[in-house]
Amino acid sequence: MIGNGDRLLLRTSNLTKTFASDRVTVAAVRGVDLALHRGEFAAITGPSGSGKSTLLHMLGGLERPSSGEIWLDGQRVDGLSQARWAVLRRRHIGFVFQFFNLVSNMTVADNVELAALMGGAGRKQARVRREELLGQLGLASKADTAPARLSGGEQQRVALARALANKPTLLLADEPTGNLDSAASKSVLRLLETTHADGQAILLVTHDSRVASAADRVISLFDGMVVDDAPMSAPRRPMPLPGVLRLRG
Amino acid sequence: MRMPLLALLAKEPAHGYELKSQLEQVFGEAYPTPNIGQIYVTLQRLERDGLVRSQDVVQATRPNKRVYELTDAGREALVGWVDKATEGPRVRDEFFMKLALSHLAGTSDRLGLIIRQRRHYLAQMRSLSELAASADGRIPRLLIEGAMLHLQADLDWLQRCQEELV
Repeated sequence: MIGNGDRLLLRTSNLTKTFASDRVTVAAVRGVDLALHRGEFAAITGPSGSGKSTLLHMLGGLERPSSGEIWLDGQRVDGLSQARWAVLRRRHIGFVFQFFNLVSNMTVADNVELAALMGGAGRKQARVRREELLGQLGLASKADTAPARLSGGEQQRVALARALANKPTLLLADEPTGNLDSAASKSVLRLLETTHADGQAILLVTHDSRVASAADRVISLFDGMVVDDAPMSAPRRPMPLPGVLRLRG
Repeated sequence: MRMPLLALLAKEPAHGYELKSQLEQVFGEAYPTPNIGQIYVTLQRLERDGLVRSQDVVQATRPNKRVYELTDAGREALVGWVDKATEGPRVRDEFFMKLALSHLAGTSDRLGLIIRQRRHYLAQMRSLSELAASADGRIPRLLIEGAMLHLQADLDWLQRCQEELV
């Protein structure tokens, strides 16, 4: 699946997810058509319950679609077994979660190195990759620390390093700043932007529009459907901000 | 605009251009500084209301400049302004007027209105983020941060409008 010259990286077609219990069925995602190109950074926003996390989880193989198709890098993946998905995630997908999900009894360095090893790197390669990433993300001095001793922002940076350890074709992020204060949010967002500037494709779910507005595209989900897909071209000069900043008096 | 000018004049007498550049310096580039014409009009009104007085200062090599200073009444007005609690969240919102009344104008596409407004707010948010990255000093940074938080609230509120009205 590597080496596909197509610019299209990810495509879904009429993707749905319905959760059913004894009494009720809830349609969480209702027919989503989505396309993401190589190197693109798209944000998915919407109110809670709009289906944005479910959508992202399906795209990372953490949740099985009820119907529809997912194509990743030219390969149809919606019907893959759990085991095949696990391989796909280890080698080609990076995942960042709201609550970091670091392995608590391993050091920061080992968390990142393990992900590189599982992604197929040799021992030496994995160590080099880990050193490189921790350096880039400003965590070199924390390499031997346990994750629990780090602040939320630092833990999320480790989680980002881990997600990038296998040089993923696609980085998926589920509310990566949802559990961080504003300064830590800013630093994580800046790292995502840098990673994107280096060519990383990112699909990010967020309810924070400050985070969303940093993406190339903002996809608005409502009731499990896409209601808007807005390109966010950066204005060359700051646009006028009437009213927002006017002083009173 | 009136009160910020009085506040700057409380420090020392100044002419219009000095006030304009002081405003720019304090609030940074995110704040849309009034043009010099607006500043002079405001100063004239303040003078008419007895809050400032002015006199021409003769300059050897340039045209005379008019220097403004605070009067006692001006100082009192300024202190009154500073000491009073400021108006809270706005109830008047032009976008909401459009949304609530659009059907009277024959356009009932509320979702379309909300989507257009959301795009506009997101673009503003992006501009503010870019300004924030280059903002220098605590006051300009806090001004931008406040604007971003207001925008975030406006965007959340758009979502509520969508939930209730569409």
